[in-house]
Amino acid sequence: MVTLARLSRWRSSRRTLDGLFDRIRSMKTEIFPGVYESLDKIAKYVSQAAHKAGLDPAEVYQVQLAVDEACCNIIDHAYGGEGIGDIQLSLDVSNSNLTIVLKDQGEPFDPSELPPPQLNVPLEKMKVRGVGFYLMHKLMDEVRYEAEPGRGNTLTLVKRR
Amino acid sequence: MEVNITSYKRCDVVKAEGRVDSNTAPKLAEAFKSLTSTGRYKIVFDMSEVNFMSSKGWWVLIDTQKTCKRYNRGELALYNVREDIRSSLDLVGMGSYFKIYSDLTTAVASF
Repeated sequence: MVTLARLSRWRSSRRTLDGLFDRIRSMKTEIFPGVYESLDKIAKYVSQAAHKAGLDPAEVYQVQLAVDEACCNIIDHAYGGEGIGDIQLSLDVSNSNLTIVLKDQGEPFDPSELPPPQLNVPLEKMKVRGVGFYLMHKLMDEVRYEAEPGRGNTLTLVKRR
Repeated sequence: MEVNITSYKRCDVVKAEGRVDSNTAPKLAEAFKSLTSTGRYKIVFDMSEVNFMSSKGWWVLIDTQKTCKRYNRGELALYNVREDIRSSLDLVGMGSYFKIYSDLTTAVASF
């Protein structure tokens, strides 16, 4: 009996592991050079996936914009310019979510230090500054940012299907 | 992205086609500057064929609007803005800085 129970536990953990490996295998990953010319290609890649995941055209646009803003932040702020490093983009479609994971090897940042957006400010007082991170939160259902010293930054964007 | 300028007696119409992102926004900024640097501050931006605009593009519009409106010498009006672009502009409160027209004749005649 003990052996049977062990066997059954082993089988179920195998199933869980297989499921996990399937998820990792199904997570498509592409690497794009961190230059502005990549933005068009990234947009096409992400829009196709969002469309395939069954999102409506307005949601596809929101995903496209959030990813564009995220990639610009990586180029402009994490790397501090074009052509310094790559952007690794992974996609996963589950029953409930479209998940996009962006990784870079640039400088980390502290989201809590970002100033709030300037809303209802007179035109002449508007100053150019980043609205990307704020927008991502508005456009996506979930935004997670992690910085690991020496291992780069990971930004996870989730849109519910 | 393609940018064309059509000059009328009372205003200029700038028409862009395609994506306005970090890669193409400088080209759009250049087109607006070519007008404002020669004293032409009454501009209609025809966005019928613009299918994407990131915040880099919005800042070009804000910057141009500031230049045009200074000393009440003119204005940048927008024509035919895609709903997606319009709602993303509104998310950061930038939509309120522009008159948006759905008819080009009315936009041109507003000057």
